[in-house]
Amino acid sequence: MTTLAPDGILLGFARALRAAGLPVTADRESTYLLAVATVGMSDRAATYWAGRATLCSGPEDIERYDQVFTGWFGGEERGLTSVPPERTRPQVWLDSDEGAAGRPTEDPDDEVLKVAASAVEVLRHRDVTTLTAAEKQLLAATIDTLRPRAPLRRGTRRLPSRRGEVDPHRTLRAQLKHLGEPTDLAWRRRHTRPRRVVLLIDVSGSMSPYADVLLRVAHRYLRSGAPAEVFTVGTRLTRVTRALRQRDPDRALHDAGQAVPDWSGGTRLGETLGAFITRWGRRGVARGAVVVVCSDGWERGDASTLGEQMRHLAQLAHRVVWLNPHRGKAGYQPIQQGIVAALPYVDHFVAGHSLGAYLELLEVLARA
Amino acid sequence: MLPTDQVTSAAGLAQTLASTGYLCDDALATIGFLALRLHRPLLLEGEPGTGKTALAEALALGLGIPLVRLQCYEGIDASQALYDWDFPRQILHLRAVESTARRGGQGSDVDLGQVEADLFTTRFLLARPVLRALQESPCVLLVDEVDRADDEFEAFLLEVLSTYQVSIPELGTVRAEQPPIVVLTSNRTREVHDALKRRCLYHWIEHPGLERELAIVRSRAPEVSEALGEQVVRLTQLLRTTTDLIKPPGVAETLDWARALHQLGTEVVDVETAARTLGVAVKYREDADRVRMMLDRILSR
Repeated sequence: MTTLAPDGILLGFARALRAAGLPVTADRESTYLLAVATVGMSDRAATYWAGRATLCSGPEDIERYDQVFTGWFGGEERGLTSVPPERTRPQVWLDSDEGAAGRPTEDPDDEVLKVAASAVEVLRHRDVTTLTAAEKQLLAATIDTLRPRAPLRRGTRRLPSRRGEVDPHRTLRAQLKHLGEPTDLAWRRRHTRPRRVVLLIDVSGSMSPYADVLLRVAHRYLRSGAPAEVFTVGTRLTRVTRALRQRDPDRALHDAGQAVPDWSGGTRLGETLGAFITRWGRRGVARGAVVVVCSDGWERGDASTLGEQMRHLAQLAHRVVWLNPHRGKAGYQPIQQGIVAALPYVDHFVAGHSLGAYLELLEVLARA
Repeated sequence: MLPTDQVTSAAGLAQTLASTGYLCDDALATIGFLALRLHRPLLLEGEPGTGKTALAEALALGLGIPLVRLQCYEGIDASQALYDWDFPRQILHLRAVESTARRGGQGSDVDLGQVEADLFTTRFLLARPVLRALQESPCVLLVDEVDRADDEFEAFLLEVLSTYQVSIPELGTVRAEQPPIVVLTSNRTREVHDALKRRCLYHWIEHPGLERELAIVRSRAPEVSEALGEQVVRLTQLLRTTTDLIKPPGVAETLDWARALHQLGTEVVDVETAARTLGVAVKYREDADRVRMMLDRILSR
C-alpha cells in the first residue's frame, strides 16, 4: 500500500466507496482527483471535504463516507462531525446480479390470460390471506392490470378550451392575422393537474399478510405515472418509492422488501407518522396531497401521539384516507385505541382485505 | 485579472466572505474554493435558515461581481429562465416602419429583408436570468430552491450547466467567456436528479455552532450588546438541540430575536421577556407552548 502513487490511493478510496454502495461513477472519480489536486493532498481536512463534496450526493451518503474515510486513511478525527442522525433515510440500491426472487419459475402469464372473468369475480370478495398460491398469482396478475386514475386539482395555468372565459391573448393574436379585424373569440379555461398521492403502508407483524398485496397495489399506482410517494411505517419510516418505480412488479417488490429494515416488527405508528411529517410531509410531500394510511391501528405506543400526528397530517393534506384490512370483516368495530384516536381526522375509512376493497380504494382516490 | 483569481486558497475565500459579514466554517470555505477553481456548480442543501441563499449573495458582494438570481417554482420553463422575444415591441416596430413608409409615399422603398432581420436582434430579446448570467459573466448565478422546479426543467438546467452555452435559433449561440459561478440551493422537498447532482459539488449546511453563531450575531447585529447576544444565542442553541420542535429556529430567527429584545431595551433575558417575544423565534403554536413550558427550567440554570 505504501508504494502506491497518490492517485492510486485516491482511486482506491473511490472504489472502496463504490463497494460501500455510494453512487461513484467514473466522472465523479475524475472530479475527485481534480478537487484533491486543487486543495493539496497534504491537508487532511481539505482532502476529506473535497471528497465529500464530489463523491456524496445526499445526507444519507455522508455517514458511510465517514466510515470508509476513516477505514482508508486511518485516524480518528474526521473533518467535522457528520449528518444529524435523524436524517438517515432508506438506501435503495439495485443489485443487478440478483434475479427477481420469491416467484415460482413456471410463468403464469399464459395461464392467467385464459382465466375467465368469473374467476376474478370470485376472487373479488375473498380475504387475500385465505388465498391459495395459485389464487395469489391470479390476484397479483389482476392487480398488475389495474388502471388507477389520479385525483385532480385545479392548475394555475389556463389552457385553450371551447368553454370558459374569453382568452384575450389568443383572440387578439387571431385578429392580428386579419389586420386587426374582429374575428372569432377564443376561450380558455383553468386546466387540471394530477394531485399527489402518498401511501403509508404499515409493515408491522399484524399487518404482514396484507403488506405484500398493498405494496403491489402501490407499485401499480406508481407505474400509472401519476405523482405519488410510498413509505413503509412500522418501527421506522422507509421510503420505497424508488424501489417501486421499476417496471417489473416482482423485482420492485423484492427491492422494496430489501430496503425495509423493520418488516414484521412492532408498531410505533404515532412516532413514525411524526417522522414522516417532519422529514417529508411538512416540506411539501403531504401538502395538498391525498394521504392514505394503510394500517390496522394496533398501536404499541401512546395512542394520543397518534391522534396528535393525525391531526397534523389532516391539516397538511387535502384528504386523509385510512385503509384497515379488518374493516371489511363481519362484526368489525373500530374500537382499537389507535383507530379511535385517528378516526376524527380521517376523511374516508375504507376496507383493505380483498381485491374488491382495493378497487374501491382506487375509486376513492380518483374522486378525492 | 478575473475576480475569481484573487482567491488563492480556502482561507482566502473565508476571509473574502467574512469581509461581507458572512462567516463560514472550513468545510464550506474549502468546497466554495473548489467550486471557484474547478468551475463546478455548487449544490447546497440544509435546513431553512442556515444561509444557503446568503452564501451566493456574499460571494457576489465579496468578489465584486453581479448576482443573477433565478427563483424556481413549479411549472417554470425555459422561456422564463432563458430568453423570450418581446412580441409587443416587435409589433410596434413593424407599425412604425409601416407608417413611415406610407408617409414617405412611393419614393421611399422599404427593404423587406432588412425589416424582418431587424425583428430578431438583441434589441427585441428579453434576456432571462440564465442567459443574462452567461452574457454578464463573470457573475454569480443563484438558482434558488431548485427542488421546486419540475424534472424537465432540471434536465434543461443540466444542459446549460454542462456546456455554459445557450443557442438561440434566430441569433446563434451565446457562450460565456468565463463560466459563471453557479450556486444551486435545495430544501429537499423533492430529490434532485442524480445526473444534476453528479455535475455539482455537494454540501450539506448545518446550523452553526455556539462560537460561530455568536460571531454572526456580532457582525450582523452590531447594535445588540455582547451580553444580550450571548444569552440569545445560548438559548436558541439549546432550543435546537434539546427540544423536539416542529421548526427549530434558524440563524435568521436568532438575529431577529436579538434585535427584537434590543428594541425593547432588554439587557438580561428573563422568563417574562423571553415569553413575550417568543413569536419572533418560534412560529408554530405547538412549539411555542412547548418552549414556554421549558423556559423556566432553561433560564434558571
